[in-house]
Formats: sequence, C-alpha cells, structure tokens
Amino acid sequence: MSDTPTNKSLFADETIDGQIATLNLGPTHPATHGIFQNVLTVDGEKILDSVQTVGYIHRAFEKLAERRPYNQITPITDRLNYCSSPINNMGWEMTMEKLIGVQVPKKVDYMRVIIMELARIADHLVCNSVIGVDTGALTGFTYMFQQRELIYELYEEVCGARLTTNIGRIGGFERDFSPTFHVKIKKFLKEFNKHFQEFDDLLLRNRIFMDRTIKAGPISAERALDYGFTGPNLRAAGVDYDVRVMTPYSSYEDFDFIIPVGTQGDTYDRFCVRQEEVRQSLKIIEQAYDNMPEGKHFSPDVPEFYLPPKADVYTKMEALIYHFKIVMGETPVPVGEVYHAVEGGNGELGFHLISDGGRTPYRLQFRRPCFIYYQAYPEMIKGQTISDAVLTLSSLNVIAGELDA
Amino acid sequence: MSNLTNEAVLTRIQEKFGEAVRNHEEPYGLLTIEIQADKTHDLIAWLKTDEVLKVSFLTLIGGAHFPNDKGREICVNYHLHSLVNNVRLRVRAFLPIENPSIQSITDIYVGADWQERESYDFFGIIFEGHPNLTRILNEDSMDYFPMRKEYHLEDATREDKDDRFFGR
Repeated sequence: MSDTPTNKSLFADETIDGQIATLNLGPTHPATHGIFQNVLTVDGEKILDSVQTVGYIHRAFEKLAERRPYNQITPITDRLNYCSSPINNMGWEMTMEKLIGVQVPKKVDYMRVIIMELARIADHLVCNSVIGVDTGALTGFTYMFQQRELIYELYEEVCGARLTTNIGRIGGFERDFSPTFHVKIKKFLKEFNKHFQEFDDLLLRNRIFMDRTIKAGPISAERALDYGFTGPNLRAAGVDYDVRVMTPYSSYEDFDFIIPVGTQGDTYDRFCVRQEEVRQSLKIIEQAYDNMPEGKHFSPDVPEFYLPPKADVYTKMEALIYHFKIVMGETPVPVGEVYHAVEGGNGELGFHLISDGGRTPYRLQFRRPCFIYYQAYPEMIKGQTISDAVLTLSSLNVIAGELDA
Repeated sequence: MSNLTNEAVLTRIQEKFGEAVRNHEEPYGLLTIEIQADKTHDLIAWLKTDEVLKVSFLTLIGGAHFPNDKGREICVNYHLHSLVNNVRLRVRAFLPIENPSIQSITDIYVGADWQERESYDFFGIIFEGHPNLTRILNEDSMDYFPMRKEYHLEDATREDKDDRFFGR
C-alpha cells in the first residue's frame, strides 16, 4: 500500500503534553499565493503531517467543454494556468489541428514558438521572483514584474488581451505580427538579459537565499517520477524529460537549446532550473525570430475553423457562410480520439479529446500538471519547518486555476 | 533510445496477456489497448517492470461515459509513457454502470491517488484498494457523479432552449 497521507486524521492527537498543534495554512493566506488549504500538524515549527483540501475554485471546465463548439473552448484553457495562458491556448489549437488533420504553415509554428516561449519566461519569472519574496527579498520581484509587463504588452500587440489571452485560432493567428510588435520584441530581446542578469545576481549566489532554499522541500527523482511530476519540478530532481524534445510539436526540433537539470530536487534546484530555462527560452525566441520563414500567418486549408477577415464577411458569400458556421458552431469534425501534449509552464499539459463527430467534444480531459504533482506536497514538507513549507509551495509553482480546473 | 514500434509493443503485450487483450487500435498514432477490466492492474504492474517496454510513467487517468453501450458504459483510460523508449500507450477498460469497479493502481503509482479520486468524483468509478476514495474537487455532500451524460450542463427542465440549436 502506498504511503499517501490522505488517510490520516485531520486533527492531531491531543497527546504528548500539548506539544502538537493543528495549524491551518490557507485557504486564503498571502503565503499560499492561491486558494489552497493545508491542515498542518505541527510540533513547534516542525511539520509532522499535513492534509490538503483542493477544489476551492473548481469551475467544471471539462463539463463546460462538452457543450461548447470547438472554437469556444480556447477561452476556457486561458483559465487553467493563467500565468502562461498562451501555451494552453496553443496546446488546444494544436490538439484540434491534429484531430482535423491540418498542417499549419511553418511560419505559424515559429510565431507560436515565440509566443509560447515568451509565456514560459513570464511564468518562470513569476515563480522565481515569488520564491524571492517568500524568502524576504522583495526587490527582485519588482524588477521581474517590470519585465513580465513587457511580455504582456507583446501579447497585447498580438491579440489585444493580457492575462486571459485567447491568443491565436485553430489554423493559425488572427493577424500577422504588427510593426509595433516587431519594435517591442526587438527591444525586449536586446534589453531583457541585462535585467534578468541583475535578478540572477541578486539571488543565485546570495548566501542568505541559498541557506534558505537548499534542502527545502526536496524530492528524489524516483519519487518524483512515481508521483507523475513533469516540467521544471521533475527536471530539478534530475530527470531530463521535456515534451518539447521527446515529442516535438510546433517545429521545436528546429531549435537548438538544452534542458537544464538539477540534482537534489529541492527549492534551490527548482529555482536554478527555472532561471536557466528562461535563458534557453530567450535563445529559442531569438532563433525563431531571426529565422522566421516567409508565408502566411494562418492555414488556408481550414476555412471551416479559421474565421475569415471581416471585410470578406460583408462582401463575399462564401466568407459569410463560413463565418456563420464557425460562430454558430456548425462545423463538422472527424470522429476520433486524440491525445496531444505540450510543455506548459509547469510540465506536460495534455489534452485528451474524444470526438463523436458532433459540434462539441464528447469528452475532453485536461492533463493538468499542477493537479498531479501537488499531491506530493505533504511528503515534501514532512519534517520541514513552516517557512520551508511556504517556500516549497511557491517553488512548485502550484497554480490554483490549473489545479482545480 | 531504442525505436520500439507500436506493433512490437502490442505483440509483447499480447504474448503475455493473450485473450485478455480485447481490442486494439491506433488513433492518431497512439497505441490503444482495451484490456479485460480485472487484468488492468496486472498489465500496468507488468508494464512497469518489464525489461523491454519499461513503461514506468503514468501520464493520466480519466473516465468517460458511453450510456448507449450496454454493459460497458463506463470507460477508464490510462495514459502511460515509457520515458526510456519514448513510447506512449493508452490502456482502457470498460465497466458496467451497475458496478463500475476496478482495481486501484495506487500501489503501482503513488501519483494515481488523486487522479483516481477525480475519476471517482466525476464518474463514480470505484477503485478497489484505494486508500482514501473520497471526492476531491466537488463538495463531499454531492450525491451524484456530474460528468455522466445524464446530467446536462443546463437545467434539464428548461424548454425554451432546444439542444439542437445550443450544443449537446
């Protein structure tokens, strides 16, 4: 039998001369950065056991998706991991493209890679700067949130939105990158490294930071795999599994980048892995931007999924028909079953879609990496102090939206 | 990294489990094996230790409900991944709605714990041997399994909206 802590009692036994206490960490606590409840059993500051309660912001996305036409599911995916919505959006679009069997132009792949890697940078910046905040270093957070702001401005140039982006469409992008986007991304690529290096210098070899994070919330590679960890948290434990390399999608095989791995699987390693991944992402963006192929920003093969330009809708009969069919969700799709995975900010984000040929999915399940690895949390904080538990939670980058779906 | 093909994986599983492998297909290149429900646990345990396949990573557990398929209404999907060979695999079993129970795999993968609870929560699949099979995302007092097809997203008593025009 597995040694999961879920079958333990919620409240500590009132024994050992009143030393053992029960403490609620969450559900709404500034240190949890989201709605998670952890009932800790503590002896002084040492955590003996903990029980989690999840589901506070469950919004039934999988059920909702069963009633929505395929185009209208992209906004749902925004709200999974809302720190890197574009990855979720594009993961879903690629799942649909796989189902309907369309090959998008190379240019779309490259544009997607740029946006997805920007999203990964934004996601990792939030996570790492928050680790800093939880150790008491607020400065780095303010530096990095300026940079995140610049990334959000880039999203805004592409799709008009910032947080819940709903970026791109099935078949490509709604428009090509605008001239302002080119100006802004060139500036970003030129200047980001300097600011990032500043943040890196602030924390990476900082004695106080290292003392606080090394050996906080460790997990071995073996346990991490057993728990189903993916993404930076698994790589910090020493396993070089990355969906971008194992099963390349969106032309990731064209780019030259390395997968950073850690050794201890503790908070410091998770921090280091994310720092290095930001650098690698930047490298990928530069390669994609410099080698951007010529071509269209959408696939002309899927008019029944890709909304026609507005001007055509008003003047061309065919475009009007497609527009109506898409908006009303009257597009037929093949019967089939697809599993498509992308490397999200936190790990393998999968979409398992069963289609019966109807206007909506028959069944859509999201593989949410947070949900799967958060169950290891009690094991990771056992025997640690309360302040380490807070650090472990932020370094795992558990996002409530993705956890609860 | 060896290049193990889907056929090779299937042949090896069929050699070991023979008749228990009810059906197999390859939708979009992902080998999908339908296994007799009571052999699921054995298959997943064997896959993890088998020295050729080394399928030792559990990607996803999920349910699905097919109300028109009598006697096999509830489907349990296990997505597995051999990280060494880079081969993905989907194992599935069908259960009757009267008694949707299957052996838990929490003793093979610790990570199956919450995923099985989720499938129980939404589809009512009973995982025998699970240490704590309770609801996880929905509230504890809920007395039905909301992802089953008989529960419509909107109020089923409404007559002003016709399903033909508003999705399923």
